[in-house]
Amino acid sequence: MIMLRKRLSTIVGCVLASFLFASVILPAAQAQMVGTDALLRAQQMQQERAAVATALERADVREALLNYGVDPAQVQARVESLSTDEVHSLAQNIEQLPTAGDPLGILLFVFVLLLITDILGLTNVFPFVNHKHR
Amino acid sequence: MVNMRAARLWLGGVLLSGIVACASLPVPHVDDSSLTAHVELTSVAFFPQEDHQCGPAALATVLNAAGAAVTPDELVAQVYLPARQGSLQLELLAATRRHARVPYVLAPQLDTVLHEVAAGHPVLVLQNLGLSWLPVWHYAVVVGFDLAPRELILRSGREPRALLGFAEFERSWALAQHWALVITPLEQLPVTADETRYLGAVADLEVQHQFAAAASAYTAALARWPGSVAARFGLGNSRYGLGQFTQAEQAYRELLAQHPTLGVVWNNLAMSLIAQRRWDDARDAVRHALELGGATADAARATLSELNAQAGQ
Repeated sequence: MIMLRKRLSTIVGCVLASFLFASVILPAAQAQMVGTDALLRAQQMQQERAAVATALERADVREALLNYGVDPAQVQARVESLSTDEVHSLAQNIEQLPTAGDPLGILLFVFVLLLITDILGLTNVFPFVNHKHR
Repeated sequence: MVNMRAARLWLGGVLLSGIVACASLPVPHVDDSSLTAHVELTSVAFFPQEDHQCGPAALATVLNAAGAAVTPDELVAQVYLPARQGSLQLELLAATRRHARVPYVLAPQLDTVLHEVAAGHPVLVLQNLGLSWLPVWHYAVVVGFDLAPRELILRSGREPRALLGFAEFERSWALAQHWALVITPLEQLPVTADETRYLGAVADLEVQHQFAAAASAYTAALARWPGSVAARFGLGNSRYGLGQFTQAEQAYRELLAQHPTLGVVWNNLAMSLIAQRRWDDARDAVRHALELGGATADAARATLSELNAQAGQ
């Protein structure tokens, strides 16, 4: 048990260290430049602290995207192209956020139900139901 | 028997909740005094969606209209979640940045959508075509409207020209929190853009090191808001990122002529001077930054050590 915990804490430590390393190394070329986002958000002081939290959240989002079947070769670029705020939102509730796909690809009972509500004009799922314009 | 009764109750509940949701939605008020009666952006491309992929199709539609050539197939790898059979809104924003454009989420009113379309900017919208508790999410692109029958023209799914009444659209759009995304060519701004929110969206592009695109967007923003501190600062930072240090210096100096107490600007000016190996000018700028102190004191100290390190070599 103790061995396991020790090993776990070593792993967590390594992972954390690698994130900190990445977050320190990446912007080093412009460490002294103040970005426009910092000016706009007036969070210059909190940025370094936030960088650690963001690195952890990015790891969470990366994990979630992999679980949702994203190609591992693509996942890094997808996570990196998200802004700090966007990463935060996804890390908080990616499961609840809508994912829009094909409205025709839903289960049969839902299909029948929505067909009825569509015909009654309560919903607007199927293009083949003649909708009245109001 | 019991089952039948339960089913009937259930269906009744479904219908009732639909009616309630419907009745509670106001017919959208549209201030059409400054709008042309009929607008249709016929040159906007149509990409019929493949299975489950309205996200890539809709995003390709607006990106191409903004001058970024991309196919839905290329976007699948960037926005599609196979296990969820759909695309997240936030990933549409992220993918827009990967194609060097500024994703701007509109203020949640039908008015703003109509004004953008009237200005030639197709608008990507999220709809819930189902019910609030049984959502059927869908992305479509508004490419036109007609004020007389009060209907929108959309590129939607496999329909190149879907017509939808304002009230019908409002119902499905309200269930998606009135989410609408506009992507303009870099030299243009959304006509309804809010200064702070728009510049925040450009700053996110700058963070991604898309400096050329950010510089164009900041330049366009300065044409709209000539006094904007963030836009001129961002222009300087983007020029710096592009290695155009004299142009960066120029932007910072223009800003300091109006706002001499902005320590961040003195700091970045010093950086642009260090890059030009103008040590005395840089020393003068960093001294101002250090004197002003405040939030950028740490950055200014780092800049000073950078200066000392480079000038000493």
